[in-house]
Amino acid sequence: MKIVVLCKYVPNAISERKFVEADNTTDRVGVDGLLSELDEYAVEEAVKIKEASEATVTVLTVGPAQASDAVRKALQMGADAGVHIVDDSIAGSDALATSLVIAKALEKIGEYDLVMAGMASTDGEMGVVPAMVAERLGLPHAGYLGNLEVGDGEVKGRRDGDAATEHVVAPLPAVVGVTDQINDPRYPSFKGIMAAKKKPLETWSLADLGVSADEVGLSAAWTSVAEITKRPPRGHGEVVTDEGDGGAKLVEFLASKKFV
Amino acid sequence: MSSILVLVDHHDGAVRKSTTELLTIARRLGDPVAVVIGHGADKAMDVLGAYGASSVIAVDAPDIDDYLIVPRAEAMLAAAEKVQPAAILLTSNAKTKEIAAHLAVKTASGIITDAVDVQPGPDGPVTTQSVFAGNYSVQAAVTKGTPIITVKPNATTPEEAPSSPGMETIEVTFSDLARAVKVTEHAPRERTGRPDLNEAAIVVSGGRGTGGDFGPVEQIADALGAAVGASRAVVDSGWYPHAFQIGQTGHVVSPQLYLAAGISGAIQHRAGMQTAKTIVAVNKDAEAPILDLADFAVVGDLFTVLPQATEEIQRRQG
Repeated sequence: MKIVVLCKYVPNAISERKFVEADNTTDRVGVDGLLSELDEYAVEEAVKIKEASEATVTVLTVGPAQASDAVRKALQMGADAGVHIVDDSIAGSDALATSLVIAKALEKIGEYDLVMAGMASTDGEMGVVPAMVAERLGLPHAGYLGNLEVGDGEVKGRRDGDAATEHVVAPLPAVVGVTDQINDPRYPSFKGIMAAKKKPLETWSLADLGVSADEVGLSAAWTSVAEITKRPPRGHGEVVTDEGDGGAKLVEFLASKKFV
Repeated sequence: MSSILVLVDHHDGAVRKSTTELLTIARRLGDPVAVVIGHGADKAMDVLGAYGASSVIAVDAPDIDDYLIVPRAEAMLAAAEKVQPAAILLTSNAKTKEIAAHLAVKTASGIITDAVDVQPGPDGPVTTQSVFAGNYSVQAAVTKGTPIITVKPNATTPEEAPSSPGMETIEVTFSDLARAVKVTEHAPRERTGRPDLNEAAIVVSGGRGTGGDFGPVEQIADALGAAVGASRAVVDSGWYPHAFQIGQTGHVVSPQLYLAAGISGAIQHRAGMQTAKTIVAVNKDAEAPILDLADFAVVGDLFTVLPQATEEIQRRQG
């Protein structure tokens, strides 16, 4: 069983996230970054499958030079090998171009059984790239899995949708997305951190994938951002301390806004 | 005028409010053509007409619920090929964003998700999105193909515009790939009798401060006709089901009113509610970050403040 986990290096939500003023793209270089928290669940689930059976786990990311930090974290958690697609032309790519690069990288990795991803990135939050990758490769795709089971050439899982819970089954190879309900990602152990230093981390460029520079990047994006405005901080509202009439005062406020 | 394709979100023909919002937005951009996939298109006609659908395309596929996403994307593709729309609108949720993703690749079109507003522009629809935990507002447009836009519930107030749409049924032959992911079991969310969290005008949420007792939260929610939500801490403690989680990894809601009870307001939570029009908080801790967002806050014990408020609301409602 060969598993590939898709990972994203994202700006840390605890520090200030911002845009590059010149081109309205997300600033991925001038800010603290890390492995997207929601991807840790996919890495954890892949490592659990590996521990329970014969499997190898390869982590794949597309991003600037620092994005190798995200791959290294996954290697520390127990993944076996990393692939980092890095190329200046990729900066500013939209979801469609990103999915193209990932699909080509998966073709180059080859002979995978399962491609795993988190439910969305914690920066763009679109949650569309795995479905696009599946569409490009003609693979079955099941997202939002709250549990999963692999065996007998198929993957089964419980999909936690907005309106319903569904049990789904798909033949391998397949692309699956997992939610934050599926497991509790481990912290890398000291042993894991040391072992990760010896694990292979390959760096590929667009040329290695046969993708031309004009198919990706900001200039090839099929959407364009006209304007970004920082939301004015919400004005400090009235704060009252409950002196036995807090509930009544609350309703007075709600009534003044016509909610009651 | 050009056509705007709208995917109808419905259950056996009962059309969700979010679809009436989409039709209202679609009318700004062109002629709304509603696509109804699955059972119940006949029953949906009245509502679709009331909100201005100029025509309705019903996709007849009795077995569509046996498969996951791709059949719906293929059905939308068939409708799009027939109508040649100027844009395609879907309500933002887990399922429709995946449908939109497949459709974007199939039609070689740009995609924008989670728009909180869509307005006509000189070169097609201009969307507004709220990003980075609601700290930035982004205006964008699709520049290639047919704009595919998913719109968050509550993006606009539905406005009636009666029309008498005709219905046309199309048949779609699904690919083998569309049938690859089988749904073996389907359990709709338990009905709580409360409004749907994503669509509700008012949301009342409980956090760690409830200690797991959601009684006061549910009671004030019912007095206000609100949906109930929960913070991640609550869900992780097993106090309330995950289906009700508000925040970055749960529902991202934009109601008219958000009442946070016993919720400190960590960034992951704020990402899920910061764009609410009015925010009200009840918290014991006068230093809780949620107070910085609140238009009105009571520093106090939710177990006394909420019941008193509930009683007062009921008294005023007679």
